[in-house]
Amino acid sequence: MDLKSVDLIVDKHQEKRTALISILHDVQDRYKYLPEEALKMVASRLRMDINEIYGVATFYKSFSLVPKGKHSVTLCLGTACHVRGGPKILRELKTLLNIEPGQTTPDKQFSFNVVNCLGVCAIGPVMFVDGKFYGEMNSLKAKRVIEKINKNKRKSGVKS
Amino acid sequence: MRKIKSVSDLERWRETILSKQNQDEVVVSVCGGTGCHAYGCKKVRDEFAKAIKKNGDLEKIRLRFTGCRGFCERGPIVTIQPQGIFYQRVQEKDVPLILSETVEKGKILEDLLYEDAITKRKVTSEKEIPFYKAQNRLVLENNGLIEPTKIEDYIGIGGYQALSKALSQMKPEQIIDEVNASGLRGRGGAGFPTGKKWEDCRNAPGDIKYIICNCDEGDPGAYMDRSLLEGNPHSVLEGMIVGAYAIGGSHGYIYVRHEYPLACKNAETAIQQARKIGLLGKNILGSGFDFDVEIAEGGGAFVCGESTALIASIEGRVGEPRSKQIHTVEQGLWGKPTNINNVETWANVPLIINKGSQWFFSIGTEKSKGTKIFSLVGKVKNTGLVEVPMGITLKKIIFDIGGGQQDGRKIKAVQTGGPSGGCIPASLFDLPVDFDSLTQAGSMMGSGGMIVMDEGTCMVDVAKYFVHFLEEESCGKCLPCREGLKRMGEILDRITEGKGDEEDLSLLEELAEVVADTSLCGLGKTAPNPVLSALRYFRPEFEAHIHQKRCPAGVCTSLIQYSISETDCTGCGACAKVCPTQAIEGEKKKIHLILAEICSKCGSCKDVCKSNAVIVQ
Repeated sequence: MDLKSVDLIVDKHQEKRTALISILHDVQDRYKYLPEEALKMVASRLRMDINEIYGVATFYKSFSLVPKGKHSVTLCLGTACHVRGGPKILRELKTLLNIEPGQTTPDKQFSFNVVNCLGVCAIGPVMFVDGKFYGEMNSLKAKRVIEKINKNKRKSGVKS
Repeated sequence: MRKIKSVSDLERWRETILSKQNQDEVVVSVCGGTGCHAYGCKKVRDEFAKAIKKNGDLEKIRLRFTGCRGFCERGPIVTIQPQGIFYQRVQEKDVPLILSETVEKGKILEDLLYEDAITKRKVTSEKEIPFYKAQNRLVLENNGLIEPTKIEDYIGIGGYQALSKALSQMKPEQIIDEVNASGLRGRGGAGFPTGKKWEDCRNAPGDIKYIICNCDEGDPGAYMDRSLLEGNPHSVLEGMIVGAYAIGGSHGYIYVRHEYPLACKNAETAIQQARKIGLLGKNILGSGFDFDVEIAEGGGAFVCGESTALIASIEGRVGEPRSKQIHTVEQGLWGKPTNINNVETWANVPLIINKGSQWFFSIGTEKSKGTKIFSLVGKVKNTGLVEVPMGITLKKIIFDIGGGQQDGRKIKAVQTGGPSGGCIPASLFDLPVDFDSLTQAGSMMGSGGMIVMDEGTCMVDVAKYFVHFLEEESCGKCLPCREGLKRMGEILDRITEGKGDEEDLSLLEELAEVVADTSLCGLGKTAPNPVLSALRYFRPEFEAHIHQKRCPAGVCTSLIQYSISETDCTGCGACAKVCPTQAIEGEKKKIHLILAEICSKCGSCKDVCKSNAVIVQ
């Protein structure tokens, strides 16, 4: 694994221990997750115990210690989305993707997460898929969004 | 751009900006709030830009991509000034017509206007729309007038005037007196008097003091801080600089949730712009006062909205709260005196300095002054951000502004205060909305989420939802919160599965008391509120689950059955098509039947049934 980027990230934050969370964000942006080697490197550069870094990386939900899938599917389960039928969509997505929230499909295509509020409450239930918000969802619409990605995938597969 | 070194420099720059604005120009504003983004506002904006570049009179038309306008449910929203025309649900295809008819000829496109739900009358201007009519938009108003990434826009509407007044005409103590006299209380939840906090921080011994803006808006259902920081970041920054001058702060942080990337981006842009022209940095406006701000990004932990946990997070540690025997105003970030206010509180500061404390004091109730932004969401017709004077009744917000029930089901409660608050029943909707009344009713104002619930919402399920929410978000430091919430969740799971018994309710109440009394931070102390308020006002619903094994709202899957009404079914077959377990039988144009033993109770059939024939019992 090329760890040069980790070095640059730590340099950017001037080796400050207090910048740990920002450093982890940057590492995750670069590698799409927090690789163990990268965390060890951050630990040695910041002269911190790896356990301490592991503690921070596992406390905050934004961080992932395992590689993420190609497509990210996030379902909001804030109160507004909950009362408008969020749990039904959750059941649908769990069945459809055959994984639990926080997991990635074995073919590494989808990572599925639920969050406690995306702050787009007025148009709930909300799904956030590959950087795009989808409002006023129901289980049927959610299914269509996933099916569309699968269809596009197959299409592009044929082309290549 | 050259540096602004004095108050007169700033005024000269303002004059230059205003002189460049063509008096005859038509301003087309496309709302760029996150809600409108979900409805495709970016495409609408790009289409406008393309069309204007191609055919439009560039001198005459100014295109703005503004922050959130609040009426998210009707997005994408486009307004046209100076006529004040309000178009809603605008799509790309509407753009050529808006330009050729409305902008060119002043003709109004009826199809894009808002239709009053009761009178069925088309409404042309924003001010006439019931959703906006009863509001008093002071803090949110500018969101629609500026492009958040253009400091010139903010300067053009009088931005940084409060800062120049504070630095050139007021002593720090005078500013604190002014904020004290205004009666401003923190908008983040607890409602602590802002001036008092500033005064304590100013008086705390120490040469370095920190100023923090809390944008870790974790309360589910609340998004006003997001919209403010995204839509008008300079107003928040201006408030912070004025506060820093009053308190004696030298460095500031804006702590933003990781889930709000656009807020992070716009705040960062605002900081860089302010730094570049000298409104941040050394010797601001030639006053000798130095102050700078940076962004600290959160990591997706709800508990970090709590001040001591937030500080731990900025310091790069696990976000666990500490005991507040010593307040953060004395020992906060890196052990130095630290003043934390939330986004909306900071955004109120420039208004108070500009218009005076007496003006602010005249709005609101005896103990709650000014306006408050609420996010009116859930089972209500008009959803979005509403800014109202303190003291307005819940009824007025939910029925006059919100337009009442959404889909024929009667509204039964409103949840305020997020996971620290509670559900207020419809019988108490005459309550004035202020800090104290809501607390007395067993809820709290919190950061301003207002989630409306109707007869299709199960209050036991809502109580369970909040307990599981907090169980997951508890940092785990204190046993009563960590374990108590887990046990409360188990009891509520049992009740919603139809396995509850007589003793469960008293056990819930007992546990709730222990968790509230013995937890360290605000999260644990207020965690039982949603359960206690639900028990207080909706006990019969709990009892129906326990004694009759029935969920009156038709939500708890273990206690409900799906069936098809013989009188309403048209035999269209849509339900059978979507059923994931093939539990629906029936020939085309004949009445369909749900096989209860195979039905997974997913509700897809109900979602697709156009004749409302799917019954939940």
